[in-house]
Amino acid sequence: MSVPLQRPVANKVLFMATCLCDAFYDDAARASVEVLEHLGIEVIFPENQTCCGQPAFNSGDWKASRKVARHAAEVFGGDLPVIVPSGSCAAMHSHGNRLQFEACPEPAIESLANRTWEILDYLVHGLGISTWKGAFAAPTRIAFHRSCHTRGTRTGEAAHALLSSIRNAEVVAFGQEDQCCGFGGTFSVTFPHISGRMGSLKLDHILAQQPDLLVSADMSCLMHLTGLARTQGRPVQHQHAIQVLRDTLA
Amino acid sequence: MIDRQPIDTYATRISEEKQTSVITGATASTEKRQSVLFGDFPNTHDLRRLAGQIKDHTLHHLDHYLEQAEAALSRNGVKVHFADTDEDARQAVLSILRDHQVTQLTKSKSMASEEIHLNPFLIDQGIEVLESDLGEFIIQLDGDEPSHIVRPIIHKNRREIARTFQRAGIARDLNDDPEVITRRARAFLREKYMQAQAVITGGNFISCESGRVVLVTNEGNSRFGMAPSKLHIALIGIEKLVPSDRDLGVFLNLLGRSATGQQLTVYTEFISGPKDPTQPSGPEEMHVVLMNNGRTDVLASDGREILRCIRCSACQNVCPVYRQASGHAYRSPYGGPIGAVLSPLLFGDRFPELADLPKASSLCGACNEVCPVDIPIPDLLLRLRDKAKRAHISQPGDLPMAPFATLATSPSLWRTAMTMSKAMNHLPIDVAPFRPIQDWLGQRTLPESHGGDFRKWLKNRSKEQGLRDTPQ
Repeated sequence: MSVPLQRPVANKVLFMATCLCDAFYDDAARASVEVLEHLGIEVIFPENQTCCGQPAFNSGDWKASRKVARHAAEVFGGDLPVIVPSGSCAAMHSHGNRLQFEACPEPAIESLANRTWEILDYLVHGLGISTWKGAFAAPTRIAFHRSCHTRGTRTGEAAHALLSSIRNAEVVAFGQEDQCCGFGGTFSVTFPHISGRMGSLKLDHILAQQPDLLVSADMSCLMHLTGLARTQGRPVQHQHAIQVLRDTLA
Repeated sequence: MIDRQPIDTYATRISEEKQTSVITGATASTEKRQSVLFGDFPNTHDLRRLAGQIKDHTLHHLDHYLEQAEAALSRNGVKVHFADTDEDARQAVLSILRDHQVTQLTKSKSMASEEIHLNPFLIDQGIEVLESDLGEFIIQLDGDEPSHIVRPIIHKNRREIARTFQRAGIARDLNDDPEVITRRARAFLREKYMQAQAVITGGNFISCESGRVVLVTNEGNSRFGMAPSKLHIALIGIEKLVPSDRDLGVFLNLLGRSATGQQLTVYTEFISGPKDPTQPSGPEEMHVVLMNNGRTDVLASDGREILRCIRCSACQNVCPVYRQASGHAYRSPYGGPIGAVLSPLLFGDRFPELADLPKASSLCGACNEVCPVDIPIPDLLLRLRDKAKRAHISQPGDLPMAPFATLATSPSLWRTAMTMSKAMNHLPIDVAPFRPIQDWLGQRTLPESHGGDFRKWLKNRSKEQGLRDTPQ
């Protein structure tokens, strides 16, 4: 996977909240808007947005997912950067859509692919912010889970740079960091056993480091991991990285 | 009825002992492999891409390179046979063996031979076949199937192997010290090498320029097999060609590192035909059977990149699904991500039966990240899922997606659904009539719905602050 080399940067952006933030994690979407505005960016939220189409795409129903992708491309039309608080949805725009339209590329789909940024990537590599002038009140150990769909992108690096520059923050390493959390959307439904084992293993490695906070650039991974953790009676504090940035703002 | 996928069901049934062996084996040398692969070169990703390009180039001009390989091999005194199907390949091998009245042979590890079930076929024909790779030897003693490309017995622990040796009469006790086990196998095999009239090997690469057949092993068993034998048959898939000897440097540098974390495997043999009169030992006759067995169909498919594969098993080792399910879950000689793509394509006549394999992935992409020939495995898995859907092949575990697409393309319906999802907070969703939903919720707590809350916040705020929405 790779991201387009030339993506637009502007002080006015289209914000895609993602379906998970729409349904469950409103505060992560709110934090995204607040951080962008704090940086002087004008945020536009197209009301007709829904989902990137990944559930259908990953299930192999490309007829259904192309419909959803076309809808997204229309909703996020124009030439402004599209900012997403999810490495996974960003990868769907930049990579997945290209795959499902490879036989018959469509200009609107191509345009969306070339304008979409995962939000942390945008802060660091779009806006050139390399450190975050924020602080935790007390020393805080952060376990950062690099979500799988950010492989081959610069999101992981961006998140590390920003999080570790926060005063009182320590980003701790844990075992088998590159392994998947086991979510994979519909995968976790149709492979409940394997998915659960993958997630539990991931939790074992993370919790062994006794972090104060589990952080990711994807709420989907966090939903899976913390959903397992709660059922297993070992809950863990968690936030999207963008929430951490907002909450630690001086 | 929506149910779980076959590979997930398989994973629930394997013993804890087997599961532990697989996960420990696959995880064990991850760091070593990564540090050797990514630490030894200034830019390993460039090298991986180059290797992929060399393979792609060769495959795009396969007709040309096959001719060149045949000419070069013939120049070296090798007899070349082309086998289109699995049956052709078995018959080609058998007829060579018959011509030489072979009744006993040794065989080194070859995935191509696993594909065509060569051993049981030859044994049925009254020929004694002995696997000389330690892992494959143990598989043969057990009547088991290999579950890993490089480490066929990754699913067994040493106690099981000790029991196997005792049962087979190779050992009298149950000593499971790896060194003792290896010594015992060696003593047994060495005698067999001396009796064998022929040796069958696979082949990792063929240089079309020089006709050199390259074989890599860590046990030296193919060399041992070749030294006393008069006849050498190499069974090799047609995708194993590389244009020149120079290309071998690229692939050999990547193969050992990716497979086992070694800079080079212990033995790398360059075989330039049968022995010449000045050599004291070695086969007097060498045959190469170039096997298609579905590869040209793969080449014509939109999963052709999988033919770049050099069988290093890096994708298998790193795959979290393989680690939980074992290679046997994939119902073909190839397990893990490579098998999930290759098997449904290669054994096209079994496509409906194998069409669930590409679904056994969370699409995490770890396989692509370590692949030494940069195969975009997740993309190929997705293309195959699309192919199965278009062919109307459904499996247990498929979820209907049309309702989702309708919802996700109807903004007002979507917004309503979001708001309504808050009502779910008060519903006993864990009694939903879908078994997968129950399974999911049995292990995980769903967060509380905040459906539509972000939109509401935005709207209230824009009233206060005059934040601009796009006109709808």
